[in-house]
Formats: sequence, C-alpha cells, structure tokens
Amino acid sequence: MTKLFIPLDSFAVACGADQIAEEFARLNADRGLSLQILRNGSRGMAWLEPMIEVETPDGRIAYGPIEPGEADALVDAGILSGAGHPKRIGRVEEHPFFRAQTRHTFKRCGVIDPLSLDDYKAHGGLKGLERAIGIGAEAVVAEVTQSGLRGRGGAGFPTGIKWKTVAEAEGARKYIVANADEGDSGTFADRMIMEGDPFCLIEGMAIAGVATGATKGYVYLRSEYPVAIDVMREAIARAHAAGVLGASVLGSSHVFDIEVRVGAGAYVCGEETSLLDSLEGKRGQVRFKPPLPAIQGLFGMPTVINNVISLASTPEILAAGADGYKELGVGRSRGTIPIQLGGNVRHGGLFEAPFGMTLGDIVNDVAGGTASGRPVRAVQVGGPLGAYFPVSLFDTPFDYEAFAAKDGLIGHAGIVVFDDTVDMMAQARFAFEFCAIESCGKCTPCRVGAVRGYETVKKIIDGERPAENLALVEDLCNTMKFGSLCALGGFTPYPVMSAIRHFPEDFHGEPMRVAAE
Amino acid sequence: MVSQARYDEGEVAEIIAEHAGLEGPMLPILHGIQERYGHVPEAAVRQIAAALNLTRAEVYGVVTFYHDFHKEPRGRHVLKVCRAEACQAAGSDAMAGAIERALGVRFGETTEDGQVTLEAVYCLGLCAAAPSAMLDRRIVGRLNEAKIGTLIEEARL
Repeated sequence: MTKLFIPLDSFAVACGADQIAEEFARLNADRGLSLQILRNGSRGMAWLEPMIEVETPDGRIAYGPIEPGEADALVDAGILSGAGHPKRIGRVEEHPFFRAQTRHTFKRCGVIDPLSLDDYKAHGGLKGLERAIGIGAEAVVAEVTQSGLRGRGGAGFPTGIKWKTVAEAEGARKYIVANADEGDSGTFADRMIMEGDPFCLIEGMAIAGVATGATKGYVYLRSEYPVAIDVMREAIARAHAAGVLGASVLGSSHVFDIEVRVGAGAYVCGEETSLLDSLEGKRGQVRFKPPLPAIQGLFGMPTVINNVISLASTPEILAAGADGYKELGVGRSRGTIPIQLGGNVRHGGLFEAPFGMTLGDIVNDVAGGTASGRPVRAVQVGGPLGAYFPVSLFDTPFDYEAFAAKDGLIGHAGIVVFDDTVDMMAQARFAFEFCAIESCGKCTPCRVGAVRGYETVKKIIDGERPAENLALVEDLCNTMKFGSLCALGGFTPYPVMSAIRHFPEDFHGEPMRVAAE
Repeated sequence: MVSQARYDEGEVAEIIAEHAGLEGPMLPILHGIQERYGHVPEAAVRQIAAALNLTRAEVYGVVTFYHDFHKEPRGRHVLKVCRAEACQAAGSDAMAGAIERALGVRFGETTEDGQVTLEAVYCLGLCAAAPSAMLDRRIVGRLNEAKIGTLIEEARL
C-alpha cells in the first residue's frame, strides 16, 4: 500500500485538487496500484499547490504544482516510487522555504490527515488538553499568561489576561468563541489551520473551556470558506464521538461542546462585539465597550472571544510548556507568527516564524519578490486596514510595537505585495470604498466618513483642486481615526494616510502636509 | 446551481423548526431559507418574526444587513469575483472587466436570461493563488483568461 497525499486545502482545491484526487482514484482502480489516497492540509507552499506527496522509504516526496489531467503521465513516470520528474520537489522538510520556518502552531498542518483523531494523537495532539485538565484552571491561565501569547487577530491583547478575566467573572454559563471571520485580504492562516488541523482549534477551545469554566464554544466561520466549514463540522462530530468533547471531556468532569456558525458575508463581523451580535442573531453592529465581552459577552454572559490562531497556539504551549514559546520572538511580541504572503508574490503561502524578521527579509528572501518579476513598490501589511509600506521601511522588524512605531500594524500578519504598476491613489480610494461597503453604520465617522473620503479621493483623481481635497482627506482621516467606534472606521486611515505619506508622487505630485500627530 | 424552489409556507415552518432550538437561531434559519429559495421571501420574514417573537422590522433589518441574504430572487448561478487587495495586486481588475464584458452585466447585476448573477466578494482566502473567484460553492484560483472562459461557460449551462 503506497500512501499518496493530495491536499484538501482551498489553495489546492481552487487549482484542481479534487479532480486530481478523482483521477488518481480512477487509476488506482483501473491499474490496481494499491494506493491509499489521503487528503491532507496544505504545507503552506501555495505556489506549489496542488502539491502531492508520495510516501517512500526515503520519506514523503513532493511533486507540484500538479494540474488536472496529469495523473496518468505522473504514474507512468514512476512518481509512486519517488522517481525523478520536472515537478519533483523532494522532501518538503528539506525545501528552503519550509526549513527556514519554526513550525509551532502549524506543525501538523499538511502532515497529518486532518480528520483522523488517531493521526492527530500520534503527532502530539491532545497532550495540551490532557495536561490542562491535570493542572487545573488557575495553572492553565498562568501558563498561557506566562507564554506571552497575544491575540493573533490583530489587537495583540494578552490572551492569558483575557482568560483570567473570564475565569473570575460570574455567570450562569460562559462561552468560548473562536473568531474565524477571517475577512482581511491577504490572510488565510485561520482557514489553513481549520482545513489542515481542525482538532488543534478544537483542543485549544477545550483548553480555554477548562481554564475559564466555559461549557460551550462557537466557531464563527465566514461563508466564503466552504471547505473549512465542511472540515470543521466533521472534525467536531468526530471529536464528540471520541469523547474529546461532550459531557465528559477526555473522561474528566469538564463539559464542553462546540458548534460551527456560518457568517453571512459581513466583514465587520470580524470585530468581536459585532460578531457576538451576529451570533445572537442580530445585525452585526459594533457594541459600545465597556462592558467587555469577557464580563458581558455572548447573550450577556462572560465570553472568551479569541482569534483562531490564538486558540490553536495554546495546545502546544500547554503540551511543551510556556517557556519554550516565550523564548521565541522579540520585545513584547513573543512566540511565533504565521506570516501569510499573498498578492503579486513569487513564493506565496504561509511561513511560520518567531517575531522579529525584517519586512525586507520576508518580502525579498522568503517570498522571493514579485510574481511579475517587476520591482516591489508597496506592501500592505495587516489587511485592508493596514498601512502600505514602501521599500524604504523594509528594515522594520515584524513585531507589534515596531510596526505601530512606523504608523502601521501587523494585524493578522497578512502581507500583500504590489509591484511598481500599482497606483497608490487608487488604493487609497479603494480603502475608503471598502469601508463604505462594509461599515456597520452605527457610528457617524465611519458611516459618513468613508463615503465622503471615497468621493474626495475621486475628486483628486479627477484633478479637482487636489491640494485642497488632499487636506480635506487628511482632516477626515483624523476624525475617523479618533472618532470611530471600532477598527473599521478607526483604521481605514492607515492605508489612506500611508499611501499619501509614502507615495506622494501618486497624488498629483502635490507637496505633503504631514499631520502633526 | 442555486436552488430556486417556490416558496412553501409549510416548508419554511420546517426550516424554522429545525433551528428553533439553537441559541441565536436567526442566521441559521436565514441561511436555510436563502439556500432553499435563492432569496428570503417577504412571507418567510413574517413567519420568522412570528416564530421568534420579533417584529418584522427586526427580521428585515437582519436580512438587509448581510451580503449573503437577498430580498429578491437572483440568477441560477452566482459568480463571485474577489475584488480585494491581494487579488488586485495580481491583476484582478482586468479579469473582472473581462468577466463583465463576457457576461454583459456589471457587478451586482443578473444576466437577462436569469442565468448568472455577478457579485464582488472581498477575500476568499486564496490570496496566494490570486486572482480568485467562486462559482456557487466551487472555488477557483489563479484566474486567467482561459479559466474565465471555462467558468462562464459553466455558469451559462
């Protein structure tokens, strides 16, 4: 029996992996190849997807990118015994892109069968939850706090402190909510872990349950992720059947259940309070804070709401101890961060590394520059609300504080690369347009400011009193930044102002009036 | 293919009943109805309001808030093309223009024969395989002119 891995990850599926799997299945039957076809997650080298792997005595040998219609020729060429082929990549672990990483949260992603609990356990799964149950709630909170883990959704709030607040809050019941509404362009880490290692998120949520006394978890998963929805639902059902979830978590006195809830195409529901309102069945409008969700969250009950990657990082922290995690990183940014490389990029995909690499090293060395072969001109870091960085800021280390000091943010760690054909004024206009489309409408600076900003940038594009209108845009950005209720209106000024500040030549060459902040 | 079944009061009642036991059943109910009828009929809004003890205005407010729910029926296929930054960087604007021309509609519109609705979507999480699109529930990455041709052919079937 030869094991053949064909990813079920969206990158691979969007490029024909399901057809490829069917072709191999047919060949298997027709030729009696005695193949065992397994659908794994992605190893994160998206430019090589669909990347198939054959298990051989020399390890798992990868080939890619495979296209539908190639299966016959590949089998004829002897790839099932690891033979040479123009698309042979060799052992993934030896690939420079993979070897340079520190796989912590994503250590199983792409390696195991995502829906096999046995496979999960064989690769270290459930050790964190077992230890959490053994050491008890307070020690779990202390361990997560000690690790230095901060919210990977973008805000960077210490996860342990959030858990402690919920643990100490009084409530008839408590909830753990995984924010899987990964709407930022340029990000796909949540999707990849849910498709490639869903039990890791389940385990992380159960650990949070043990730590806080919560008994019910929700995964709020965006509807744009059909593959992740299917995999996550199936994994939860299997975890339930195996007693990982349910009335007695791993045979303990802890009760914990998880349900997937599908979003409905609203970007703003990635904002935590808006997500909670959406889960409750309302319009996804942002809530005033306080009260914090940790005190009065879902249905008014104490609620941990964490990003998928924050939760999925905790099993390994619990299993291996906080110190190993804390040793990685720089400054107050501890541990690893799954950097996502997208857009016009040669080597796009997911690269997990300790904080602290410079932006230039990431874009030039890891990602290999642009796919078009033209010079990099701008990179947007942190999604549609993140700043555009010019090449002159490529010495910025990947770290929450270092990016904030340069008027940027790392957000959910997505990096979108643009070549020198990009029109930064059009990007500034798009930032406002996106905010106008997705604004929840609750606060005026965001609801009105975005529309007004879009109109005003359009005037600049049309050459209508550019200097005057540019000043107006800056003023508007100032109002939105300090007057908006949440990050949608509050951070839209980042892409706009960074475009104006770093690429003034695109704004009709008008001299810059740098806001005195 | 988007299901465009004719509204049926009893069936809507079943969809509501199926989810009524959940905490916060509104979105699961609306997804169920949208999936079955291709939109959320006005009559269903009344039924949901009655079943969940809400005003029609409250239900209507939820339906109109989310991009996934629609008050009117749309095309038999929905083609969503990503218009967000990562796809823009990979040339999606040109692809989007080609799709509009090939279908003869603009974003947000449905072809005259009711076959295809063209929609913008902001990120399918395929940013390292950009540009990307989704036809009904099927995702497509690394869009190029050949793939667009195949997609449109498929959508017109």
